[in-house]
Amino acid sequence: MIENRKGDWFEPRILGFLCNWCSYAAADLAGMSRMEYPPNIRCVRVMCSGRVEPSFVLEALREGYDGVLIAGCHPPSDCHYQSGNLKARRRYYLLRKLLRELGINPDRVRLEWASASEGQRFAEIVKDFTERLRRLGPSPLKVKRVGAE
Amino acid sequence: MNDVRADLKNLKIGVYVCHCGKNIADVVDVKRVADFASKLPGVEVAREYLHMCDDVGQEMISKDIMELGINRVVVAACSPKVHELTFRDTLRKAGLNPYLLEMANIREQCSWVHRSDPDRATEKAIDLVKMAVAKARWLIPLETKAVEVTRSALVIGGGIAGIQAALDVADNGYQVYLVEKGPSLGGRMGQWSKVFPTMDCAACILTPKMVSAAQHPKIKLLTNSELIEASGSLGNFKVKIRKRPRYVDEEKCTACGLCAQKCPVRIPNEVDFGMSSRKAIYITSPNAVPLAYSIDGENCLYLKRGICRVCERVCEAKAIDFDQKEEVLELRVGSIIVAIGYDPFDPTPLEEYGFGRYKDVVTGPMLERMTDPMGPTGGAILRPSTGKPPRKVAFIQCVGSRDARFNLYCSRVCCMYAIKDSLIIKEQNPESDVYIFYMDIRAFGKGYEEFYLRSQEAGVKFIRGKVSSIREDPRTHELVLRYEDTLLGTALEDSFDLVVLSVGQVPRADTDAISKILGIPRSADGFLMEAHPKLRPNDAVVDGIYLAGSAQYPKDIPDAVAQASGAAARALIPLSMGQVYVEPISPLIEEDRCGGCGVCVKLCPYGALKLEEREDKRVAKVDEVLCKGCGTCSAACPSGAVRSRMFTEEQILSMISSAAG
Ligand code: FES
Repeated sequence: MIENRKGDWFEPRILGFLCNWCSYAAADLAGMSRMEYPPNIRCVRVMCSGRVEPSFVLEALREGYDGVLIAGCHPPSDCHYQSGNLKARRRYYLLRKLLRELGINPDRVRLEWASASEGQRFAEIVKDFTERLRRLGPSPLKVKRVGAE
Repeated sequence: MNDVRADLKNLKIGVYVCHCGKNIADVVDVKRVADFASKLPGVEVAREYLHMCDDVGQEMISKDIMELGINRVVVAACSPKVHELTFRDTLRKAGLNPYLLEMANIREQCSWVHRSDPDRATEKAIDLVKMAVAKARWLIPLETKAVEVTRSALVIGGGIAGIQAALDVADNGYQVYLVEKGPSLGGRMGQWSKVFPTMDCAACILTPKMVSAAQHPKIKLLTNSELIEASGSLGNFKVKIRKRPRYVDEEKCTACGLCAQKCPVRIPNEVDFGMSSRKAIYITSPNAVPLAYSIDGENCLYLKRGICRVCERVCEAKAIDFDQKEEVLELRVGSIIVAIGYDPFDPTPLEEYGFGRYKDVVTGPMLERMTDPMGPTGGAILRPSTGKPPRKVAFIQCVGSRDARFNLYCSRVCCMYAIKDSLIIKEQNPESDVYIFYMDIRAFGKGYEEFYLRSQEAGVKFIRGKVSSIREDPRTHELVLRYEDTLLGTALEDSFDLVVLSVGQVPRADTDAISKILGIPRSADGFLMEAHPKLRPNDAVVDGIYLAGSAQYPKDIPDAVAQASGAAARALIPLSMGQVYVEPISPLIEEDRCGGCGVCVKLCPYGALKLEEREDKRVAKVDEVLCKGCGTCSAACPSGAVRSRMFTEEQILSMISSAAG
């Protein structure tokens, strides 16, 4: 369902995958510091950004999310598991290529780094991503799905 | 292996939505959330309550487990980092496997961040509950495993905090490895002469502690040593320590000092912040523990260029040993205490104060060294430019602290050390004038306010206001301070012949390296982060690692010592229990699905996966001790055979589809 509740305002839906040690902690810190960001994101906690399978991202887009955020610890070496973030980054580049080939704007998927102390940064990432997705409009997959129903 | 697949039949999910007082309920319509949840497939009951974590709340959950046969629990409340363990315990006590719990974070990641849009916050909370319920359907019961603990501890840092922590652990009868980067113990406290508010001589109270640590039968002291690698987890860490050679046999050296007299190399002495010089063979203080000279390999002529060896010729004890080699020691320990301390803030970037440009602008720690009878001036406070006692001294407080350009935090020691030094100046020269320019005086410790009053009675003048600039009068070489007296509300100028910048504490330069080696994060201020700011200030974020002293946040000596004893008590828990329970974090490998391709083996950062021969094929096998549970293997497995137990593919996929558009 495309939500246009506030007039012409399109509210994108974002799914986030946050690594337990840095980005999930950053999101919690944003809360503890009572920073506001748009309520467009729903987050899934994983232990490490290296756990995120490209198929999770594709599945999210297929299910109708307008954007997917993957967030982990700063490279090169902040990852709690040494190099999961680097693996996430490699997969991310491949994924962008794949999306382009599928005719989906690769900017619908975003990889970011936020350390456990960067609550502010996390809030800003969500703000900025929401803004961009608003400009990109609803995901073409979602439109198809809605049309098919 | 009955825990490979979740049991989707007979699901009875209980959903518990917490108000968290007003924290959640003021923003999120908790009733709507619970109503919605009660209609989700598989949900048997959904309730909301004021504080799910209190006795009544937990009782509510256990009653449902026992009476309604609830077999999956979803708690929509705070972050799992806060109360997941609490609720797992509730399940365990009610006879349900503790891993059949899922939390929806509707406080930190919902009500607290979407306060201005309660409607959409409620919608989001509903989605988060949907996702948690979806995951809960696929949860599988898991077992924690008991493993034996290595009953010894590693303490990193030989300052007062590290010494105290090492002594406490060792006095309980466990082996301690005390690792110090420098050639001797004592840390920053070893550099100070007198300590506030008692005006004790620091060496007199520190030396006995250093000696007991060095001589303790349960403490192995490793000087010139640093941590270079760490692996393992709570109860069983494996660490590598690099021990640089001292080139002096500690046992033989009598500390007569003849070697240093004859050594031709002179370099700035770091103990005195460069106000004096030392030789390439040196001792940090006449009270050093261990009391033995050490050769600084970076500056020794023989080690650098193969000439000299004068020390060797003059040493009557035959203690010089150029054949010593660097060693890497591998140790096994059950707990790690990090007490790496702090560095004083370097005020050079504050150009308006001219530190480094004007000789008579010094830092607090430099002045401290002057007050030490063994320091660069033999204990006399002197103007560096003239070598004469100053007649008029200004202290500037909060240099680099409480300053958005540098550090926002208060360093907690500068007010008191400035007051202490002002008293010493007054003692040395009652005729001199001493001014302290401050924003607020923070005299919060035991006996501190009294100490502050004492300095006022001694005639120290306190001026409330920030100094905006210092310039040197080219004729008289006096320092002219421009400042605003905020109590009078006027801008003024005054001249002084010595200015002391009260600089605060910053994280030690090697904090970043230690944080990476141990995998423990830092807070925004750069210090090592504690597991909970109020309730777990002694624990690092990683289990089995503890924090002591200024490594965590600026501290004075009594606080550092208290926290060190606290960290030791925490570190002793696994050691004295002898067993720890490890979470079922390692993946489960479905052998009939595994094609033996070895992708996971190559990707595992810990070498925890291996291929093993079976009759007809090869399959991946995980070493549960080495595995840390990142899940990289699961993400990469092409056949879905490597399953992250707490984050299975089904769990994540069902979370994705449950709340999609
Ligand atoms: S743990 Fe954060 S990216 Fe690996």
